[in-house]
Order: sequence, then C-alpha cells, then structure tokens
Amino acid sequence: MAQSKHEFIEKRVGWMIVLTLLTVSVGGLVEIVPLFFQKSTTTPVEGLKPYDALQLAGRDVYVREGCYNCHSQMIRPFRAETERYGHYSVAGEFVYDHPFQWGSKRTGPDLHRVGGRYSDEWHRVHLLNPRDVVPESNMPAFPWLDRPLDTDIGARMQALRKVGVPYSDEQITAANDAINGKSELDAVVAYLQGLGTALKRVQ
Amino acid sequence: MADFVSGFWNMWVMVLVALSLLFCVFVLASNMKGEKNEAGEAELHGHVWDETLCEYNNPLPRWWMYLFWITIFFAVAYMIVFPGFGNTKGLFGWSSAHGEHSQYAREMKAAEEKYGPIFAKYQSQDLMAVAADPEAKAMGQRMFLTYCAQCHGSDAKGAKGFPNLTDNDWLYGGAPDTIKASILDGRQGMMPPFGPAVGAEGAKDLANYVRSLSGLTHDSARAQKGSELFVQNGCVGCHGMDGTGNQAIGAPNLTDKTWLYGSSEATVIETVSNGRQGKMPAWKDFLGDAKVHLLAAYVYSLSNK
Repeated sequence: MAQSKHEFIEKRVGWMIVLTLLTVSVGGLVEIVPLFFQKSTTTPVEGLKPYDALQLAGRDVYVREGCYNCHSQMIRPFRAETERYGHYSVAGEFVYDHPFQWGSKRTGPDLHRVGGRYSDEWHRVHLLNPRDVVPESNMPAFPWLDRPLDTDIGARMQALRKVGVPYSDEQITAANDAINGKSELDAVVAYLQGLGTALKRVQ
Repeated sequence: MADFVSGFWNMWVMVLVALSLLFCVFVLASNMKGEKNEAGEAELHGHVWDETLCEYNNPLPRWWMYLFWITIFFAVAYMIVFPGFGNTKGLFGWSSAHGEHSQYAREMKAAEEKYGPIFAKYQSQDLMAVAADPEAKAMGQRMFLTYCAQCHGSDAKGAKGFPNLTDNDWLYGGAPDTIKASILDGRQGMMPPFGPAVGAEGAKDLANYVRSLSGLTHDSARAQKGSELFVQNGCVGCHGMDGTGNQAIGAPNLTDKTWLYGSSEATVIETVSNGRQGKMPAWKDFLGDAKVHLLAAYVYSLSNK
C-alpha cells in the first residue's frame, strides 16, 4: 500500500513539489515565523538608536569589505566570551540591523562590543595597516578606505524606514550633508565606535 | 525565553511539532510492514530498463528504520527535559542566560567562588607588594594580553602613538597609583594643532628647535627662530620653559630620547601642525577595580624589575 503512494508521488512532479515544500517549510514555520511575534526579538533594548548617517555609511563599507567573513557580532552567554568582550548579546540590540552582521566565523575577534574599546586613532591606524599596532595580526590591510564616501545615504535610510527603522524626515533630508566630506575610514570608525554601546558594558 | 505577543504562538509551535512528529511516526509505521521477497517470487516495480532490468519492491532495512525510531524517541525526550515545546519550561527549568539558575549564571557564580578570593586577596594588598608577587604578575600578564596588547603590544613596548610601558618613561607619571588611575579613568591627550598659527615655515622652525632639545641633528638658525616661537605660541604652557613637560597634564618631555609619534623632522612637523589626540580608554566599568589593580601592578613591574 505504502509503495503505491510512493509511486504516486514519484510520478507526479506537481505533487512532488507541493509535498516537498510542505515538508521543508515545517522547520521554518516552527523556528523562524514565531520570532516575528516575540517581544524580545522585535522590541529594541532601552537606549538603542538607529545608526546615524555616517555610521550607516560605515556599515555599508563593513558589509562591502566582507568584514563579517572573519568577525562575528554575537557574544554568546559563556564566561569565556563575556570576560573578553563584555555582556552577551541580546536580540533587542539588533532590531535596527537589516541585515544583521552576526556572522558565523571568528578568524578575528567578535566586534559586537568594540564600540569605545579603542580610540578612533587606533582604528584608523589599524584599518590602514593592522601590523602597525598589532605586529602578530593576520588581518588584511584596507589602505583604500581613506577616500571620500560615494553613496546616497539618504536613499538608503528611506529604504530602511520602509522595513521599520524609525528615521525621521529631517534625519533623511540632512543625511547626505551629514556625510559630506567624510572618508570611508571616518564612516567605518564611526560605525565601529557605536557598536554594542546601547547595553551598558558591565559584567 | 518565550515572550510572544499572544499565547497563540505557543499553541502554534506545539501543534506543528506534535503534528510533524506524528507524521514521522505514521510514515515509519506504515513502512515497517511487508515481508522481504525472495528472488524469483518477488514483487517487482513496474519499471523495466534496458529490456530486462527490474527492481524488487523490498521493504527498507530494519536496522535503518530503528535508527529513525530512535530519533523520534530522542525528540520526545528532549522536549520533556528541555524547554522548546511551546512555552514549557522543561523538567529542570534549564535556561541559557535567563534568571539566577541559568547555565550562564551558574558558570559565573562558580568562577566567582573560585577566582573571587584570589582577586580579593591582591586587591587588599599594596600595589608595590602585588607587583612583586610572581603569581599576581602572571595573572596581570594574562589580562594584559587580553585587554591591552591590541594597542600597547604583546611585549608592552607600544607602537607609534601608543606608549611603550617598559621604558620607565611616563606621560602621566609612573607611580603605582597613577598607573592605576590611568587605567581606571583613561587619559585624553590634547596637543592642539599649531599649523594655522605658525604656518609651514614656523612648524619647521619649531621642529628644529624641538629636535635640538634632545640633541638631534638640526638647523641651528631655524632652531633659534623656533625657540622664540616656542615661547610666543604658548608651547611653554604645557611643555615648560625648558621643554621637560608636565606629567600632571600628560605633556611629554621634549628633551629625552622617547618619541611617541617619532622624532624625524617630518613627523615632528606633522605633530606641531596637526596636533595629537592620543587616547587611553577608561576601563573602570568594563574591568572593575580588582582586575585593574592586578593590571596596574603588572604594568608597574615592567619598568621596575
């Protein structure tokens, strides 16, 4: 009996597609969809602000350069991580991240609470040539970042507003002026210095 | 942690999990039936390939089916022991990071019980005494490599713009308590830019004068002009009449052989023209007094062996 059902599915590709989709969607329906309706994943933590224009531009550079390939932004609740990086990450810190930069691999250290940890000057030197400050570093140098930003950040903020980031009209109109004359390096540093600072950095 | 906007989502998870498990049970059970066919009397699938090639319709191997049954039992047991089936808490109320009995809280508590007394012991001691203790120094070094080496280097010898901590030359002073204060509250250097005030030529004159202070090669005519600019532009306010600096405000001594940003004429011109804003971040909130105490002792020991 079972064999005949098997044969039925194997010989009708339309049914095969529908039943396969049904089967593989169960995992997502159970594990992903309910998170859209969970307060801790949709409510920003207290003090969380959307990225300002310069930080957002820096975030785009961060994504463009593929920083997430080597740096995670996800501190797990283990002592070994919180001793080194600070308070573990919570979902409410990422509600304005589209997409979030959690990453899945740490060739370099986690960056979720790198904000305020080093000076701006350190970041500038380190991004242009990491070996200047950390001789043992195997991070690539990014010498080309010291060039003017070339992006319509207002348009990007408008797009983010459509997916729920609360930018005001004034912020969006002022955005392109706010990044005028800034370099990509300035933007990345501004982005990094803001990371993970919403939650108080206490253990 | 399940904090859904409505209880519906708990039911949603429960129903889908239960249904998919039941479906797996149904598929497995319905495929357990059927005897193995012997060659010759076998039931065949309808397909024929290459004129004579047919396929027996045998049931799946039993041992393989039992592995599937085991996964189903495992899933049920897991849902009973751990949270996951809707908003159930699981048998032991396990949680990764929520509440005082979470795995994270227990890990932190165990560490506090183990290491807390060691930190407390050193915290109550004088920094000089801690700096002389080999165990404390080893702890300090481990923390230095985690928190400080990124700027000051794993050998603590610093880099351009980031002070060498081993040379007993100090911007803000090298007394144990001063070092501890530097780590706790951070430091903000503020050499203002003098480019607009003195111009390119003036900056070069000043650079030659500053280089002359520590006996480096210089153009003495320019150094002479520079010495006047040094007074006129208020450099003496921070670096002193004789250029030996002022540790109370972190103004470096210009007469010694230590150069934070480099001693070449070009670098000194850059420093004079654009200023420097060296920054040591504050570590009080992140590390706390006990760890900073050990770090300060370690840093002190580097210059006072």
